[in-house]
Amino acid sequence: MHPLGLYLTSFSYQEIEKKLRMAKSTSSDAQMLIRSLRTAYAATPTNLKIIDLYVVYAIVTAVIQVVYMGVVGSFPFNSFLSGVLSCVGTAVLAVCLRIQVNKENKEFKDLPPERAYADFILCNLVLHLVIMNFLG
Amino acid sequence: MAATAETKGPSTLRNAFGGVLGVFILLLIGVLAFSIRLFSVIKYESVIHEFDPYFNYRVTQYLTKNGIYDFWNWFDDRTWYPLGRVIGGTVYPGLTLTAGSMWWLLNSLNIPLSVETVCVFTAPIFSANAAWATFLLTKEVKGTGAGLTAAVLLAMVPSYISRSVAGSYDNEAVAIFALVFTFYLYIKTLNTGSLFYATLNALSYFYMVCSWGGYTFIINLIPMHVLLCILTGRYSSRLYIAYAPLVVLGTLLASLVPVVGFNAVMTSEHFASFLVFIIIHVVAFIYYIKGILSPKMFKVAMTLVVTIGLAVSCAVIAIFIALVASSPTKGWSGRSLSLLDPTYASKYIPIIASVSEHQPPTWPSYFMDINVLAFLVPAGIIACFLPLSDASSFVVLYLVTSVYFSGVMVRLMLVLAPAACIMSGIALSEAFDVFTRSIKLQLPNILDNPPDAGDMNSVSSIAQNDASKIDSHATTKSETVSKERPSRKNRKKEKEKEKENVEKVPSHSENKKRLLVLPLEASAVAILLLIVLGGFYVVHCVWAAAEAYSAPSIVLTSYAHDGLHVFDDFREAYAWLRHNTDVDDKVASWWDYGYQTTAMANRTVIVDNNTWNNTHIATVGTAMSSPEKAAWEIFNSLDVKYVLVVFGGLVGYPSDDINKFLWMVRIGGGVFPHIREPDYLRDGQYRIDAQATPTMLNCLMYKLSYYRFVETDGKAFDRVRRTEIGKKYFKLTHFEEVFTTHHWMVRIYKLKPPKNRIRGKLKKPKSSSKSSSSNHKRAGNTQKNPWQ
Repeated sequence: MHPLGLYLTSFSYQEIEKKLRMAKSTSSDAQMLIRSLRTAYAATPTNLKIIDLYVVYAIVTAVIQVVYMGVVGSFPFNSFLSGVLSCVGTAVLAVCLRIQVNKENKEFKDLPPERAYADFILCNLVLHLVIMNFLG
Repeated sequence: MAATAETKGPSTLRNAFGGVLGVFILLLIGVLAFSIRLFSVIKYESVIHEFDPYFNYRVTQYLTKNGIYDFWNWFDDRTWYPLGRVIGGTVYPGLTLTAGSMWWLLNSLNIPLSVETVCVFTAPIFSANAAWATFLLTKEVKGTGAGLTAAVLLAMVPSYISRSVAGSYDNEAVAIFALVFTFYLYIKTLNTGSLFYATLNALSYFYMVCSWGGYTFIINLIPMHVLLCILTGRYSSRLYIAYAPLVVLGTLLASLVPVVGFNAVMTSEHFASFLVFIIIHVVAFIYYIKGILSPKMFKVAMTLVVTIGLAVSCAVIAIFIALVASSPTKGWSGRSLSLLDPTYASKYIPIIASVSEHQPPTWPSYFMDINVLAFLVPAGIIACFLPLSDASSFVVLYLVTSVYFSGVMVRLMLVLAPAACIMSGIALSEAFDVFTRSIKLQLPNILDNPPDAGDMNSVSSIAQNDASKIDSHATTKSETVSKERPSRKNRKKEKEKEKENVEKVPSHSENKKRLLVLPLEASAVAILLLIVLGGFYVVHCVWAAAEAYSAPSIVLTSYAHDGLHVFDDFREAYAWLRHNTDVDDKVASWWDYGYQTTAMANRTVIVDNNTWNNTHIATVGTAMSSPEKAAWEIFNSLDVKYVLVVFGGLVGYPSDDINKFLWMVRIGGGVFPHIREPDYLRDGQYRIDAQATPTMLNCLMYKLSYYRFVETDGKAFDRVRRTEIGKKYFKLTHFEEVFTTHHWMVRIYKLKPPKNRIRGKLKKPKSSSKSSSSNHKRAGNTQKNPWQ
């Protein structure tokens, strides 16, 4: 065979090997990433984990509603809008609460958690008042 | 301990005194804002001005008489005959609800003010509120001194006065207050990170959506600012708390208002807020992950996410763009498009282009409307950058965007006014800060030892040491601001520059941030000059309020050699209509006068200032441009009984219907092609003298304006167009004149009923042949007059 051709094939073989190694490393990297994420998250305090669970629940409810709308159609559009936005809204407010209650957050160390919780309740009250009005 | 207690005593006393003084000043600012807008009530009377306020007044009357449920469900059949108008769903209810609740509150306290009085004085009351809101906003950005200065500037700025005099009962009267208050609550939330203020912010935004269509400015400016903060690396959890609840609550609250409804989620004006909502969640998530992972793992996570996320987001954005691009206007409403592209309205929507408020402003109007602030604003921008905080970057962004929009439309100078006042307040306050500090620190030295020319260095360096000891908020900004000052005081220019160079050397030698101290005489003169500048501003504002912006435009005055002439023709005509026609008679006029006719004359009109139906307006415009018989046919088909025409030729009133005639032709010709504008033009101009085209001399507008005009002075000289008219002696065949006001400004004509017997050639019954022939003709040649 032509020496250049030999060189080319060996070069391509090296490339394929390198790509395989990279893929293996990315998958192993991904595994390492997920593991480190899990260990880091396990270290968060319980009250924050409860808030996170609430956020996830709200988002899942919103997704269910969107899927339902996709199946059934969006006829009372205001009801759909108020339903989805109430889930998204309470999730957002819960995230804000989490930010304010998190002990690692330097900006909010002077804020007593009771005040944060009271603000959260107030904002939720307003949100749900509007939702009830808009639900139709 | 004793020393600190001692120093605390006088300082707390001084703080308390300062606080009381501040409250007193705020009170005076409110009184000033209220009273400077009362010129029209003093010079004329307590009456509603212009055109749009009459509609708001009529709606408020209905609200106070019938209660809120009837108001929400009101279908108005006395305008846009025969279409009617759904008032509940097409009006911004904020202003009427505010005035209605004020009236209700006062009446329940047994203070029997009439609805008209409450409506007339709503605007001055809310301008006082707006001044206080400006104080709060500027206090959040820069401090109390800047706040007070900005508040007093806003209380008097002519641009805001022009839309909020006593009697100008329009949306902007409460909307500017809502705008500034919403911005204040946003900045407060940004500064404190409190969810309580975020809730209040959403509620204030709701009030703004209720009040004015300009709320889209807020819902686009705040996302722009959030994006700016993220891009400049200023993301913080306070930003998330300030923005995310506002978007969700704000969208919901905006959809509650019937006028906005589902537009809050479906029009392009709101998409920016949703996009930035998604972006801020992504950024927040990234920061969270960065916080809990080690740096190496974070890099791995980033590469993974970027590759996957990029593919997904490209797909989503492609779908989204396809969706938006498929609609003809790309999802934007006509008004927003005309703001973004200043040439859009003149090409596609002649009605928007025809309103004089929608024209671009000229340079003199900037100096008329914001006067001295026009060149204090750049100084304020620089003061905002030293140091740059979230709040000051927001105010700079607000100013820049409002300057652009004010350049598109004169009407939006109003949105520029608060921004200009805030910036100028900051600039003036910083300047006063530097000068008074210079005087304060150098005064004891001057009193102790007399000044020596060579000693100036030591004096200033001693003063600088004091300055750096006393105040820990370093202000290198004052250095730069004071550099702006010398550019305006030519006499002291060289002296100050030399002193600054001398002072800069010792300041650079030490790393501590020093406060700039200027020489004593320069500071004293500068303070005096700034006060004189303020004096010029006040004089101009009071003059503008008294002379330029207080005219109620329903009553006109002029000073002739024999005293004051009052032209009350409009109300005369409306009163005549009210007393001499049947309740169900329809009145046709150009759309400018629709609101006033329904409010004051209480008669059904064909088109009014809402201008929501272009074809209907084009119908009226065509009728005004057609010869008498064709116009009679059109008006008869609309059940019109009376036609109202405004004519200024006898007294020289320039805003009459003949001057507006070109819009009637253009709008009518835009929908009905048999009206061709060149038919009315001679050498590219509209003329009514002997050189006018026959089409012009035969059209209804000409005839109704100049019927019997020759009887006034024998020569029929039109004072507005400054020529004698072309056709002087003519009779009206299909209309009869029923009323002309004292100065011939409003002329009312009645449609003559069709003749009983038709002399001459017997005409075939028109209905069958007309429909068949018009159908046939429409298929072939669309240029034919649809009414014949």
